[in-house]
Amino acid sequence: MEKVLMKGNEAIGEAAIRAGCKCFFGYPITPQSELPAYLAKKLPKIEGGVFLQAESEVAAINMVYGAAGAGARVMTSSSSPGISLKQEGISYIAGAELPCVIINIVRGGPGLGDIQPAQSDYFQATKGGGHGDYKLIVLAPSSIQEIADLVMDAFDLADRYRNPVMVMGDGALGQMMEPVAFKEPSAVELPPKDWATTGMKGRKPNLINSLYLDPEKLEKHNLKLQAKYKEIQEKEVRYETKYCEDAELVIVAYGTTARIAETAIRQGRAEGIKVGLIRPITLWPFPTKPFEEVINSVKQFLTIEMNLGQMLEDVKLAVNGRKPVHFYGRTGGMVPTPSEILTQIKKLAGGE
Amino acid sequence: MENRKVIFERPRSMTEARTHYCPGCTHGIIHRLIAETIDELDIQDKVIGIAPVGCSVLAYNYFNFDMQQAAHGRAPAVATGIKRVLPDNIVFSYQGDGDLASIGTAEIVHAAARGENITVIFINNAIYGMTGGQMAPTSLVGQKTQTSPYGRDAKLAGYPIKMCEMLSALNGPAYLARVSVHDVKNINKAKRAIKTAFETQMKNKGFSLVEVLSSCPTNWGMHPIEALKWLEENMIPYYPLGEYKTLEEVK
Ligand SMILES: Cc1ncc(C[n+]2csc(CCOP(=O)(O)OP(=O)(O)O)c2C)c(N)n1
Ligand code: SF4
Repeated sequence: MEKVLMKGNEAIGEAAIRAGCKCFFGYPITPQSELPAYLAKKLPKIEGGVFLQAESEVAAINMVYGAAGAGARVMTSSSSPGISLKQEGISYIAGAELPCVIINIVRGGPGLGDIQPAQSDYFQATKGGGHGDYKLIVLAPSSIQEIADLVMDAFDLADRYRNPVMVMGDGALGQMMEPVAFKEPSAVELPPKDWATTGMKGRKPNLINSLYLDPEKLEKHNLKLQAKYKEIQEKEVRYETKYCEDAELVIVAYGTTARIAETAIRQGRAEGIKVGLIRPITLWPFPTKPFEEVINSVKQFLTIEMNLGQMLEDVKLAVNGRKPVHFYGRTGGMVPTPSEILTQIKKLAGGE
Repeated sequence: MENRKVIFERPRSMTEARTHYCPGCTHGIIHRLIAETIDELDIQDKVIGIAPVGCSVLAYNYFNFDMQQAAHGRAPAVATGIKRVLPDNIVFSYQGDGDLASIGTAEIVHAAARGENITVIFINNAIYGMTGGQMAPTSLVGQKTQTSPYGRDAKLAGYPIKMCEMLSALNGPAYLARVSVHDVKNINKAKRAIKTAFETQMKNKGFSLVEVLSSCPTNWGMHPIEALKWLEENMIPYYPLGEYKTLEEVK
């Protein structure tokens, strides 16, 4: 496959188009703006292609709701404060069981924060964000190649489960350039969209809705959603482990942070420290299996994030008190350096 | 028997479900006008309606065609998403005044400004019906509601928004009209406006909106007949009826 040098944000746009996404609604925000710009150039040239800059994130996500309900492969993208505004629509989309892909190129918060890379939207992405009992599938790439692969997978996952899928990167991944080879779109058969509102033409009316005034019916709907989430937990967990076979200390990190941690791990290994890596690729469903595989041999865990301890809670749940879990994080758009992480590794390795 | 002719029947575009609206509420009349129009234009197979948040949130139970329910105020954005994907379908939203003129002001203004080729049926009953009669952006000055118990004071709560007048300042809309359903003559006029609005969309002329002055006897605390009289005497002077914008081609 031919490799091209691309910016992360543009690779997302190209991967989406190759996955058959013809429809994008968004609102500008740094550090993801190259993505809508890329699609504004490309989508109008594709037959049936739709690019629209909405008046706000609130409108953009509701346009996504309409388009998804009408049966389109549709995507939106934003960064943290914009994703906050999209939460209303995301809850409705999850409630109405519509497929769509949401890109979040995370920046520092809270509030207007800054435009530097961060991972402080972990809670918002994996624990709800909008109201109600719902889940997004959350994918966290750590390279431009993986961004392209996961964006393509995201559309299939969304269609298979009729569920919104979020691909969550950060400002660094959005902005940096790396060689990328786009894979062929998957040929797997997906369920037909016979529920879409496309005009009734001889069938019974279709309805896209999340309103169940009768609490018994709403509970039933929620239990049905929950069963779907359980199936996703069983079938769609993704992660990567490295250097874990003999590891005494295991670092847990995702996205950009995992890459930086890997450098530190190699440096630590060169100095004889037995340190490994668990890298969740799906943040929801959170991978617990790699923890079971190492729980007996590992002495301690170190969670590293570009926030003040959000994934940490899921790591602690997975470890469930069986081994100590330490935390190191930078926040506000600060990116930890390999040497900072190595210092943490040495401190923990020497402290036993 | 043979000589008898059907002169009145249920529009195909309505289901047989009984509506949940209060006695004397004009939401039901407006539903029927929309359904009759869709039947007459023979577009039932390709129409997609959008139900709002408000008393008419259950409109999808009464209309017999594809529908999407939207978040409060977001119907014009949802309609935009549908119409952009399915430009050959006919897409309309049905929205109350709280929905369209308050929480969804940005969405309606921008859909209109884009000249989005959709139709909006805007029910102005000068109050929030579903939540129990709070002040709407369209409540009249002096009007008593749950949240303006001493009467709307313009100094505190501002002036009621005239949507048709406001939107007519934009280039995007192709057809804007305000009608009322307080008597038969006006109901017939309302029907014509609704039809023109749908035809505007069918001719790809752009954004169309019909504002329908409607009654809420329950939250106005009036007998239904008294409510229609109040509408005529108080709402129409502030919200003059008529066509606010009509592209030459749609006349
Ligand atoms: C985000 C959000 N805010 C508030 C509400 C509560 N709410 C439901 S209906 C309604 C008012 C609707 O009034 P209007 O649009 O005038 O329609 P009517 O009921 O008068 O027909 C409100 C505020 C909601 N459902 N969602
Ligand atoms: S509360 Fe008012 S608007 Fe709602 S159904 Fe009753 S009369 Fe109609």
